[in-house]
Amino acid sequence: MNRSNKYLKTFAITYLIFLYAPALLLPIFSFNSSQIIAFPLSGFTTGWFKALLYQETLHEALRNSLIVAASSSIFATILGILASRAASRYYFPGKQFSLTFILAPLVLPEIIVGVSLLIVLIQLGLPLNLWSVVLGHTLLIMPFSILIMNSAFNNLDISLEEASLDLGETPIGTFRRIILPLVYPGIMASLLLGFTLSLDEFIIAFFLTGTETTLPVYIWSLFRFPKQLPATMALGTILIFVSLILLSLGEYFRRRAAKTQTSVM
Amino acid sequence: MSKLVQVKNVFKSFGDIHAVNGVSLDIQEGQFYSLLGPSGCGKTTLLRLIAGFEKPTSGQVFIDNTSMDNIEPNLRPTNMVFQNYAIFPHLNVEENVAYGLRNKSEKKSDQNKLVDEALELVGLSGLNKRSANALSGGQKQRVALARALILKPKVLLLDEPLSALDKKLREQMQSELRHLQRAVGITFILVTHDQYEALTMSDRVAVMFDGKVAQEASPRDLYELPNSQKVASFIGEMTFIKGEIVGENKNLQVQSEIFGKITIDKSRVFGQSSKKMVLGIRPEKIAIVPKTSRSKDLISGKIIDVSYFGETTNYKVSCGTIETLTISSQNSVGQLSYSVGEEIQLKADMNNIIAFSV
Repeated sequence: MNRSNKYLKTFAITYLIFLYAPALLLPIFSFNSSQIIAFPLSGFTTGWFKALLYQETLHEALRNSLIVAASSSIFATILGILASRAASRYYFPGKQFSLTFILAPLVLPEIIVGVSLLIVLIQLGLPLNLWSVVLGHTLLIMPFSILIMNSAFNNLDISLEEASLDLGETPIGTFRRIILPLVYPGIMASLLLGFTLSLDEFIIAFFLTGTETTLPVYIWSLFRFPKQLPATMALGTILIFVSLILLSLGEYFRRRAAKTQTSVM
Repeated sequence: MSKLVQVKNVFKSFGDIHAVNGVSLDIQEGQFYSLLGPSGCGKTTLLRLIAGFEKPTSGQVFIDNTSMDNIEPNLRPTNMVFQNYAIFPHLNVEENVAYGLRNKSEKKSDQNKLVDEALELVGLSGLNKRSANALSGGQKQRVALARALILKPKVLLLDEPLSALDKKLREQMQSELRHLQRAVGITFILVTHDQYEALTMSDRVAVMFDGKVAQEASPRDLYELPNSQKVASFIGEMTFIKGEIVGENKNLQVQSEIFGKITIDKSRVFGQSSKKMVLGIRPEKIAIVPKTSRSKDLISGKIIDVSYFGETTNYKVSCGTIETLTISSQNSVGQLSYSVGEEIQLKADMNNIIAFSV
């Protein structure tokens, strides 16, 4: 092994430690019996997790977050399917421009998106509630959905659709029997990624949520009460694992999408 | 026999590109018909116009005396075998073959029987449950055929179906396709750029260049009586010699350096007859004869190049003029072989010479 390789390895390991060590503190302190978040650890407890069971506001926030995450990932995925389908099959003036533009939320600071959406909603006189958060999150997730669905649709051989039509199937039947099954892994990947993104999104939710808070906004509000901190850690631990599972599932479907597509020919 | 597919003065443009530029064709029921031409000549576009994947810019396609103007591909009595086969990757062999039966009213048990029959027809019996991704190129080809034929179309369209196969398998599939077509009696329209494929398989061939049909004829006529130098050199090889008309009555008398003064039947003259003509002769219509032969129409020459092809040998022969003759000689029993620099005597079959206008 040469020298530069060794440095790279050290760098990679250091990088991973800095990336994940803080996150590892969450599960450690969530099982610590002391209320103070500091070493040395005082003892093992699952009490903080039990405490979560009795916090009604938490349950409400969780319910709100699930509604928002499910709705916005579904909306974003539907829009992503439509946009990618249009981009991969049809030619229209300004196609490249609109595709680039549609991906803009990827690079726009969330705070800008949050503030501008807030202004627009207030100007329109619309109430701030869960649906305004869904709107904001759909906007945020859509670029990801489009990117995932684009690769699924671009790999879809057009002659498969033509063959289906040629064999007497209607355009709608072709969509159902050929296109959907072949882009289905992409759809799953988009839904799961969108769900995860929405579930832990804070800034837009913070601006657009009315009285019904989402989970991240609720967690943030907890920081005002030091007594609640270990329970928050416990909640954070659960969220990390749920996110990890969702992301792994999403990645599994994304890879499966890539695999079925490449083996078409 | 009746006209099953009629293409009437069809044009198709993609922007500035005129892919099909005024084509009219009549295809008889039960024929094996080929559209032959170099890539980019519009043959695939024409096939897709018949299938309905493209709409003509102008002109009409009729199938069975019905205008296809407003008929979508899924409602046309045509089925297609795609160049890349387009086998549905998420379905197995059986599901692929039965795909089009879904919209027909047959019972499930009847459908299974039809699938088995179709697989037997293409020689894939027993592979019902095989996954599409586990098929070889030749097998995919057969599944694509079975999937189309099971629907008993009036016309089967084949878009360069053999181009992805290796030579041996391609030749085998050529003869299988021919037998299959005779067995099922369905009209086949084949798109190909391979002239030998078109000649060996078809009842009729349309040669296309630049979006137009250059000649439409039986394989034999196409080879023996090509109507232009372009068609002649696309279908096999032909030697062209400059000539000049020296007399014209029922036939044409043409003077040329190599052949001398010869008489050409009017049926073998193509294009406007002007003073200058080009004479064409296929390499195998010239024979090498023993030096001892004596006859007034023998041509003497000297071999300047030899190409050995196994079953035949091609010789380039200089006859004392700037033009050279190409001769193809079968390497059959008793046939002598010659080498570069040898003096030989040739006998051309003057009845096989064709005259083209310049």
